[in-house]
Amino acid sequence: MLNPDSVGRTFTGAELVTVTQSEIDAFADVIGEADRSVAPPTFSIRITLAQSQQLLSDPDVGLDWSRLVHGDQKFQILRPIVAGDQLRCSSTIENYKVAAGNEIVTVRSDLHSGDLLVVSTWSTLVVRA
Amino acid sequence: MIEVGEVLSAKVFWIDRQLLKAYANASGDQNPIHQDEAFAKSVGLPDVIAHGMLTMALVGKFVTDFAGGSASVKEFSGRFVKPVIVPAGEKVDLTVSATITEVNGNEVRLDISATSAGVKVLGMAKALITLVPVVKS
Repeated sequence: MLNPDSVGRTFTGAELVTVTQSEIDAFADVIGEADRSVAPPTFSIRITLAQSQQLLSDPDVGLDWSRLVHGDQKFQILRPIVAGDQLRCSSTIENYKVAAGNEIVTVRSDLHSGDLLVVSTWSTLVVRA
Repeated sequence: MIEVGEVLSAKVFWIDRQLLKAYANASGDQNPIHQDEAFAKSVGLPDVIAHGMLTMALVGKFVTDFAGGSASVKEFSGRFVKPVIVPAGEKVDLTVSATITEVNGNEVRLDISATSAGVKVLGMAKALITLVPVVKS
């Protein structure tokens, strides 16, 4: 079970994540996008999924990633991601509830380039009972 | 001229196991429920299922094709209501359409529909886009 004290806490990555052109190319290939000058709108999940998992794997948080199902997803894109971006991820557990024995957790992850917010994402994750 | 209520023509994307593998590599999501049939069935799924985020990436392509490029999307959201089931050796459809719900200058809101094998797979799917003007020759 999630530690209720984790709700509202923000965990910020120590490392910058550098976006490469080959990562954008691979993502664009899958969806058949010919334009490689910017990343497709959902590309940021590649960064936030791994980063939030790492940031929220603190044993003190108590989130069981092995039984997670993705419930819903939202992106707010302030500017498109481009190759060469160096992004820092910070993840916050914004909301937590238990329904029918399932834990429902909303994780917000922000990607910043320097002081500038580039993308915010919200993932609702369900830990199945 | 785009108007509220306009319905965009549906587009079909085809999903197979090879695409799931390509998406797993491109996204870093190597969860075996998207590649390993025995594992998927062991956790109670009917078969291998597509990544919800692959569904959303393809729906995103539908939206950016309409809007005029990948840089046009400001907000994009959806709920994974049913899995897209991908049996071995088959190509399954992801059929996407959308309705214009708001027009405010260059800013347009869309309600999106996404089905696979006739079943709604993405719920409450919405996008806010900034249209890129098309220069007509």
